[in-house]
Amino acid sequence: MEEYGIYIAAFAAMAIIGAVLGCIIGIAVKIFKVEVDPRIELVTELLPGANCGGCGKAGCADFAKSVVDGENAPNKCPVASQEQVAAIAQALGVELGESMKKVAVVFCGGDKNQEKVQTLYNGVSDCISASLIAGGPKGCAYGCLGMSSCARACPFGAIEIINGLAVVHPNLCVGCGKCVDTCPRDLIKLVPVDAKVHIYCSSPEKGAVKMKVCSVPCIACRKCVKAAEEGQFDVKGFLVGVNYDAEKLPEADIVEKAKCPTGCLLTADKHVKIEESEKKDKGEAA
Amino acid sequence: MGEAQQYLQLTIGAVLVYNFVLARFLGICPFLGVSKRLDTALGMSGAVIFVMTLASLITSVIYNYMLKTAITVPYLNVTTDLKFLKIVLFIVVIAALVQLVEVVLQKVSPPLYSALGIYLPLITTNCAVMGVATINSKMNYNVLQSTVFGFFSAVGFALALVLFASIRERLELAQVPRPFQGMSIALITAGILAMAFIGFSGLC
Repeated sequence: MEEYGIYIAAFAAMAIIGAVLGCIIGIAVKIFKVEVDPRIELVTELLPGANCGGCGKAGCADFAKSVVDGENAPNKCPVASQEQVAAIAQALGVELGESMKKVAVVFCGGDKNQEKVQTLYNGVSDCISASLIAGGPKGCAYGCLGMSSCARACPFGAIEIINGLAVVHPNLCVGCGKCVDTCPRDLIKLVPVDAKVHIYCSSPEKGAVKMKVCSVPCIACRKCVKAAEEGQFDVKGFLVGVNYDAEKLPEADIVEKAKCPTGCLLTADKHVKIEESEKKDKGEAA
Repeated sequence: MGEAQQYLQLTIGAVLVYNFVLARFLGICPFLGVSKRLDTALGMSGAVIFVMTLASLITSVIYNYMLKTAITVPYLNVTTDLKFLKIVLFIVVIAALVQLVEVVLQKVSPPLYSALGIYLPLITTNCAVMGVATINSKMNYNVLQSTVFGFFSAVGFALALVLFASIRERLELAQVPRPFQGMSIALITAGILAMAFIGFSGLC
């Protein structure tokens, strides 16, 4: 029995110390208990849990705390659907707040096939780097550089670079707005999800100048303005854009009616389709 | 050698000559993990200094007054000390200590709690904390010596971490050849930094 004594001693010592430490922690937890508002946990569960930071807070839990504290309205979460926001508002008994779901749109249609390449760029494949060096490879100084800065920033994988052009998949985009800041050319904007058509051009240059470097620019011919109701489009210099603040946004059939000569007036779905079909053509040709 | 001199030697030895990260190679994972930005490095440094000082104090008390004394097991007539239990025991004690500190901090000082944040639980199983406890017992330091050594070892860790984080922030802007980008240049930098710290050897 004696040779086992040392094991028993070791076992007993560990058991005693373990039990003592366990008790100390147990008691400390009771004494130093911090009352956390149970509503914070509830709201955190109701939130999408993407932790994207689109609301400006550190994460969903942090946002939940600010909602409970009354600092933010529930609809400040750009990812949550109408139902989720309503559920949170109901749980807390607060005003719903006017909620408008938004999606990001890249306002450029000039992919590899449409836009002339001006210079050969061999640097780091990043839009911000490229825009610093002689404005990047593309002919249009306002067009999408297509080097994935926004796609890398997107936590939801909603931006795809097709033919050297960033395209937002509207069904994947939740409108957190992370990509908006990354674009060195400010091409990405958040627009209401109800907006069906967009004008995929951001260049303020004159029509003739744009036509030299791109085959799908907005040349401000105003065909769409004339075809639409008043106030649905804005003309700013040599660029027409959809007025997203308008009471009634232009319907999808405006594309047919306006007969845009360059084809920069498109619905979001059609835009994705065109780019994808061009990708396929190119793949077969090669 | 006077006592004051001995403590000075202990201090300089812990911070510079036998730097925990760059000479003893302990605590490498937080050294690489949280050194991307200077402010997270500072947060981690604060938490490590706090935990390592406290851990050396508690473990040296346990080691000196519990494990070193021979005990006789009743009924079996076995007399033994429990030094062989030190690694198992230190792990348990440090983990419990960090838990306790976290619970207390959350109540007593919420600002400090949120400043140390996620770093506190991360340190629970940090090898630098474990290392300082085992070195203390191996060198037979008494409680005061252990605490001083623990504190200054952590300061040495903090020094290395802050230096490294500052260098890495500069590296973000440097043009690094593609094969060396990211973690590889960080490891090379750490190696050069360790070589620089060899210059302190022989100081004490």
